[in-house]
Amino acid sequence: MGAFLLLTITTAFRILSRNRLRAGLTVLGIVIGVAAVIAMISIGEGAKAAVRSQVASMGTNVIIILPGATTTGGVRGGQGSAVSLTVADAQDLKKRIPLLTDTAWGKRDVMQVVYGNRNWNAPVNGISPGYLTIRDWSYAGGLPFTQTDMDVAARVALVGQTVVDNLFEPGEEPVGATIRLKNVPFTVIGVLAPKGQSSQGTDQDDIVFIPFTTAERKVLGTQFLGSIGAIFASTDLTEDLPEAVAQIREVLRSRHRLQPEQADDFTVRTQIDIAAIQEGTGQTLTVMLFAIASISLLVGGIGIMNILLVSVTERTKEIGVRMAVGAKRRHILLQFLIEAMTLSLFGGLLGIVLGILSARATTVIAGWPTIISLESIVAAFLFSLFVGLFFGLYPANKASRLNPIDALRYE
Amino acid sequence: MGSLIECRDLWKVYRLGDVQVQALRGVTVDIQRGEFLAIMGASGSGKSTLMNIIGCLDSPTSGTCRLSDRDIGSLDSDALAEVRNREIGFIFQNFNLIPRTSALENVQLPLFYRGLPLREQRARAAEALARVGLAGREQHYPAQLSGGQQQRVAIARALVSTPSILLADEPTGNLDTESSREIMAVLKGLNRDEGITVLVVTHEADIAAYMSREIIIKDGQIVTDRQKNLVIG
Repeated sequence: MGAFLLLTITTAFRILSRNRLRAGLTVLGIVIGVAAVIAMISIGEGAKAAVRSQVASMGTNVIIILPGATTTGGVRGGQGSAVSLTVADAQDLKKRIPLLTDTAWGKRDVMQVVYGNRNWNAPVNGISPGYLTIRDWSYAGGLPFTQTDMDVAARVALVGQTVVDNLFEPGEEPVGATIRLKNVPFTVIGVLAPKGQSSQGTDQDDIVFIPFTTAERKVLGTQFLGSIGAIFASTDLTEDLPEAVAQIREVLRSRHRLQPEQADDFTVRTQIDIAAIQEGTGQTLTVMLFAIASISLLVGGIGIMNILLVSVTERTKEIGVRMAVGAKRRHILLQFLIEAMTLSLFGGLLGIVLGILSARATTVIAGWPTIISLESIVAAFLFSLFVGLFFGLYPANKASRLNPIDALRYE
Repeated sequence: MGSLIECRDLWKVYRLGDVQVQALRGVTVDIQRGEFLAIMGASGSGKSTLMNIIGCLDSPTSGTCRLSDRDIGSLDSDALAEVRNREIGFIFQNFNLIPRTSALENVQLPLFYRGLPLREQRARAAEALARVGLAGREQHYPAQLSGGQQQRVAIARALVSTPSILLADEPTGNLDTESSREIMAVLKGLNRDEGITVLVVTHEADIAAYMSREIIIKDGQIVTDRQKNLVIG
């Protein structure tokens, strides 16, 4: 059997190499199909990894609670327009939900930041110190502010890299400098390490942080004492996020005295939700490419079947001779199956090379990140083998069922 | 132990559209081991049909045929392939070598389907080629060989499996006189020196003249079956 397989495979190679152009055109469909599968998976994986790293830059296992929308005379405001969250909500959440490792709160506004004769329009966030831990900020220079700064409403600020770039001369030391927000002087005590773009595409480094108490009393003002723009919380484990969200809703609903029929006056979002939205876009692309790949492989398989049927007809006499010297049906069946699989494997290998090249080209030309996984290569390889087997079966079976005397007489 | 081949009352009826063609009409024939015989007849007389049935390529509509005391009518397609592989060596009018495949690989073919180790296939194929005078031509392709040489490759392929009988269907039909003489000499030599049973189907009287027994078929029936005293060969 070993000798039989070896010789059959070499025979298949010889027959196919005799008709190089025909073999090449036959496997084109498989080549394109496999290449599309490889490119599709590597682009999909690359996009997923990019989303994952962007989401991770938000901090680990972050939960964001935003106020709900206002309704005034039937006109609904946008998300966060209502002033339904308070510092007390945030503190109570921490107290009543042990799952939450940390909670923080903040409010924000966009305003002019002035340094000497320069100024820059940037979002200014008044935050409680826990925020910096939850969102996983680190420092390129200086130190974060502390609970003491919070308690005394100190006029200290942390600035992001984009703000530094726009307010300070290159080489100038921002830490210790005095900047002014709404004419209130603040001492810069730290520079935040850059985080880059968020998953929504905004510049996370274009930011100024000041203690929440200072912001409330001296800079941002407030509708009522303790009103906040958002609550931030985190859990130890990603798996705990859904449970934490459920408990947060329960606590906030009871604190806000909402009746069962009333909708939430706040929104809870987690990284999982945000990642899901981002990956959804990638999913559409993947589904489309998958459809193209399937059609291409189907057409490629039919191409192989077609050329094998032609080959069986062309070689009817040869099949007759083989049967006359003692080939059994299974020998003929195997011979044509091996030819089909050699063809499709050849196409598969070419497709893998083409797929890797197109993934690379996608990265170079379009700038999309791509990840070529070994699994996708193995899967494409096995799939092309399967296509050969499946579409080779009919012609091979037809060849093996020929009557020897009719096959020999065939002209 | 009986004859090598015992055919009893063979009938073969083809249906071509609405027309029934009776290719064989009650043929009974025995062939002994070591015989060198010709089956003669005009084209369409049924001689090739008889040979194909003896060679397990075709089955009779009725009647029985025994090869080495085995009823070949009762065998399935795999068993028939096995019989063709071990007991029968075919030689065809148009050689039927596999194109673009070396002489050696063509001769290997029966051993290949028998599943012998590659080394043994090659050794026995080379030996068979040497027996028909083609030593040194192992790597030639059919297209590089003359008609006579191609037919000798075909004889080597038929011989390599050490069959009980060689069946030659118009083996010289596509050859010139010189090559025909060579091929008949090879077949004659195999029969005389190695005792191989040879059955030649032909319509040419001068080819049949080599043979010690002559069967003439006409309209699907044996009309003459006689032993001859050889004058040529």
